[in-house]
Amino acid sequence: MNLSARARWAVGVAAVIGLAFIYIPLSVVVINSFNASQVFSWPPTEFTTMWWQKALENTGVREALWTSVQAGLGATLIALLLGTALSFALVRYDFFGRSTLNFLVVLPISLPGIVTGIALNSSFTTVLQPLGINLGLFTVVLGHATFCIVVVFNNVSARLRRTGTSLEEASADLGASLWQTFWFVTFPAVRSALVAGALLAFALSFDEIVVTTFTAGPGVETLPQWIFNNLFRPNQGPIVNAVAALLLLIFIAPVWLAQRLSGSETHAGGRV
Amino acid sequence: MATKQMLKLAALAASSVLVIAGCSSNTADPTDTSGVPNVPMATEVGDGEGELNIVVWAGYAEDGSTDPAVDWVSAFEDSTGCQVNVKIGNTSDEMVTLMKSGQYDGVSASGDATLRLIYGGDVAPVNTDLVPNYATVADFLKDRDWNSVGGQMYGVPHGWGANVLMYNTAEVSPAPTSWSAVFEADSPYAGKITAYDSPIYIADAALYLKSAQPDLGITDPYALDETQFQAAVDLLKQQKEMIGSYWAAYTDEVASFGQASNVIGTAWQINANLINGEGKVAVEGVVPSEGATGWSDTWMIAANAAHPNCMYKWMDWIVSPEVNAQVAEWFGEAPAQTKSCDFTVDKTFCDTYHALDADYAAQISYWTTPLAECLDGRGAICKDYAAWTQAWTEIKG
Amino acid sequence: MSLGTTTAPESANAGSGVGRGLSRFLVKHEKFRLSLLLASPVAWLGVLYLGSLANMIMASFWSLAPFTGDVVKSFSLSNFQTLITAEVYRNVAMRSVGIAIAVTLIDLLLALPIAFFAAKVVRSSRIRYAIVIAATMPLWAGYLVKGYAWRIMLDNNGVLDWALAPLGIKGPGLGLPATVLALSYLWLPYMILPIYAGLERISVSLTDASSDLGASAWFTIRTVVLPLLAPAIIAGSIFTFSLSLGDYIMVKIVGGKTQMFANIVYDNIGVAGNLPFAAAAATFPILVVVGYLWAVRKTGALENL
Repeated sequence: MNLSARARWAVGVAAVIGLAFIYIPLSVVVINSFNASQVFSWPPTEFTTMWWQKALENTGVREALWTSVQAGLGATLIALLLGTALSFALVRYDFFGRSTLNFLVVLPISLPGIVTGIALNSSFTTVLQPLGINLGLFTVVLGHATFCIVVVFNNVSARLRRTGTSLEEASADLGASLWQTFWFVTFPAVRSALVAGALLAFALSFDEIVVTTFTAGPGVETLPQWIFNNLFRPNQGPIVNAVAALLLLIFIAPVWLAQRLSGSETHAGGRV
Repeated sequence: MATKQMLKLAALAASSVLVIAGCSSNTADPTDTSGVPNVPMATEVGDGEGELNIVVWAGYAEDGSTDPAVDWVSAFEDSTGCQVNVKIGNTSDEMVTLMKSGQYDGVSASGDATLRLIYGGDVAPVNTDLVPNYATVADFLKDRDWNSVGGQMYGVPHGWGANVLMYNTAEVSPAPTSWSAVFEADSPYAGKITAYDSPIYIADAALYLKSAQPDLGITDPYALDETQFQAAVDLLKQQKEMIGSYWAAYTDEVASFGQASNVIGTAWQINANLINGEGKVAVEGVVPSEGATGWSDTWMIAANAAHPNCMYKWMDWIVSPEVNAQVAEWFGEAPAQTKSCDFTVDKTFCDTYHALDADYAAQISYWTTPLAECLDGRGAICKDYAAWTQAWTEIKG
Repeated sequence: MSLGTTTAPESANAGSGVGRGLSRFLVKHEKFRLSLLLASPVAWLGVLYLGSLANMIMASFWSLAPFTGDVVKSFSLSNFQTLITAEVYRNVAMRSVGIAIAVTLIDLLLALPIAFFAAKVVRSSRIRYAIVIAATMPLWAGYLVKGYAWRIMLDNNGVLDWALAPLGIKGPGLGLPATVLALSYLWLPYMILPIYAGLERISVSLTDASSDLGASAWFTIRTVVLPLLAPAIIAGSIFTFSLSLGDYIMVKIVGGKTQMFANIVYDNIGVAGNLPFAAAAATFPILVVVGYLWAVRKTGALENL
């Protein structure tokens, strides 16, 4: 499409304003993490790395971080298995109820978190508690996996639709068993979609607070819960800031990676 | 096709099981307030179970994370081996809900939660013989309406205090002496007023109306008939227009006062202490001429506590003279333990807070659950807590 | 393995062994294969998720014993009656829907230039990647942290007030505008991503043909690009609308004394322990979101999520 130079310039400016809008609040957080004033007086007059040190030493943060990682890995694993299976079923097969299932799988992520949280909480307390399974890390994983399935599902489905069945049929024609076809033909084709879906699922689980509030037991505290409990506490607030800035920096690489992996086919440009 | 159909039927059947499971669990008769559920009482305290999960008011179980010098949990953990997991409840409602989940061993309940927990079968009677420090707790806190039934104690008193009127000394002058500063429509601080975000705050409005509109005939701010209730609700709806923000978590109030987005409103003394400690603004808390609502807190043990020994040890620990003094000074309340007055850092602390003054204590309108059967004995013409809750949602709009 | 509805040729699965045997069996019995694939996901979504939702909706027909707070499991419509008749719930519901719509529109306005710039204007693929990554990075910053950042910025005497001080005006402070602003900020990446992907999918040949036929760039955008972009826009709007409608935390951080519908749900369950009423209130966002999803499922937006 031929845009006049002025139009291109206008779009560019609008885009830059949009990006600035995105990054100004984040810069405030990062700047504040170096703010020597404990009560965030703005503008900062003194700078210090004290909060970063304290954040790295704080046991509450480390435990919460570990809990979040565990929950994220568990949820991602379940989401990978179930999302991939569902994706294959819905894309490669046709059956009664396929569109309903398609609709059903996006519900956990589209319905407000509080609805999912309340529903799961009342199920867990009425069904699992009498069995002796109390709310805890396990129930958190169950809750997170539920809305992570759709993320993997969408990524893998998009990839499956794009790759088509011709290669797999050729493989079967040449005498490969189901497993061989899967391992040598299908899996390499969807592998990067799996990784992208897994990264996104992990990110969703890592940042989730609402469903977690309803499914976590007393001894369980994920990182978002820790942040929520300490955000406004007088002595902990600055540490929260430092933790937030730290998370931003740590996860640059995975985000770039996820984009590379899922972006490679949408970057087709001309291919519809 | 058929397989797929069968699969879906199976899923439907299985989810029906979940639904039926939800249906079929038993509940105690909800309208029976005369009979207290029979919950067994402990007869001895054994070794600690290694863990303790408690629901507390902010500031009641400090472990050094708020202020490194303020810590009475670590010493408890060291001496009993019970690792303490603290869950802060912001309002009594939250605490009742948390206790009903069955996940916690104990709670520091105010008077508007205690009876609900007792009659709901969520807490067990306390064997006070197993709590040595109970003996020297102030007598006027024992065997009261809110912490005992039929002469049986259901908890160990913790401390008591009033909801004070806190104000920013720089922005608010002259110093307020009446709740009218936050209730009357011509308040000069409109837009920067705060109030406690809980239905129980309606009692504060009623308490103000007790003096401001004596024709209403309010005697007990928790016993309000239709007319009195409506007057209180109208006052609060009017106040809402002047509210900057409500606070439920103590951190909300500390943060909003720190930024001066609120400059006056109801508060706990600990909030004032924390704000002054931050150093951004200076505040003061006063009990105005109309009096104040307040709370008398009781440590209660859950009916099916997973760690009952740890909970009994905790109850004894928290009302021991040194610890009760520490808590009381940190929070800014009167300690229940009479011997604590010897251990406070500020030697006039007990006098300032009237800790041993039963008459002064009797003047505070402690948080109590409103019932349809009026608490002041007028009959079944009062609004119950469900009505209060409903009204509070309408007030906030 | 995934051979769809065609039957497998005999040449596949020649050979022996358990793996081969199983493979032969699965290839022949397509429905069994399908059932194996579907068993776990359907069990999870159908039993755990749908069952829980059904359980919750059923609870909305119960009530709470006022004093003890125990649930009374007898059928009654009183919760719904209260929700429909008391004015406050209508007001809060309307306010929440209004906020959700406002957030969606704002995000659309902000996302379109960014996505368009990255997808169609920028020539270098490296810069394109950089922009897309820059737009999606905030997803990792954490919901609460971003809320806190906005609180710091919009609070009384906060960053915004400091920036506007030379002009002599004060910012809006915490409240309804702040809520809309913060929510728009939060969900912006969810709007940018599908639109960007959608723009990328629009073939260059289509736009070239349009300009060959004499259309101006603006005309092309209006008549060719935007209609093709519709599913992507709708996909983005699903997120922004539903996430805003169901939010109760952000409004507590930056909303001052504003309350949204999800706060009513939360206050009733997390605070009052009134599951029946909370469940009844929750049916409102459920109906709205499910209704919206159902209406747009034909547009293909659901695949773009």
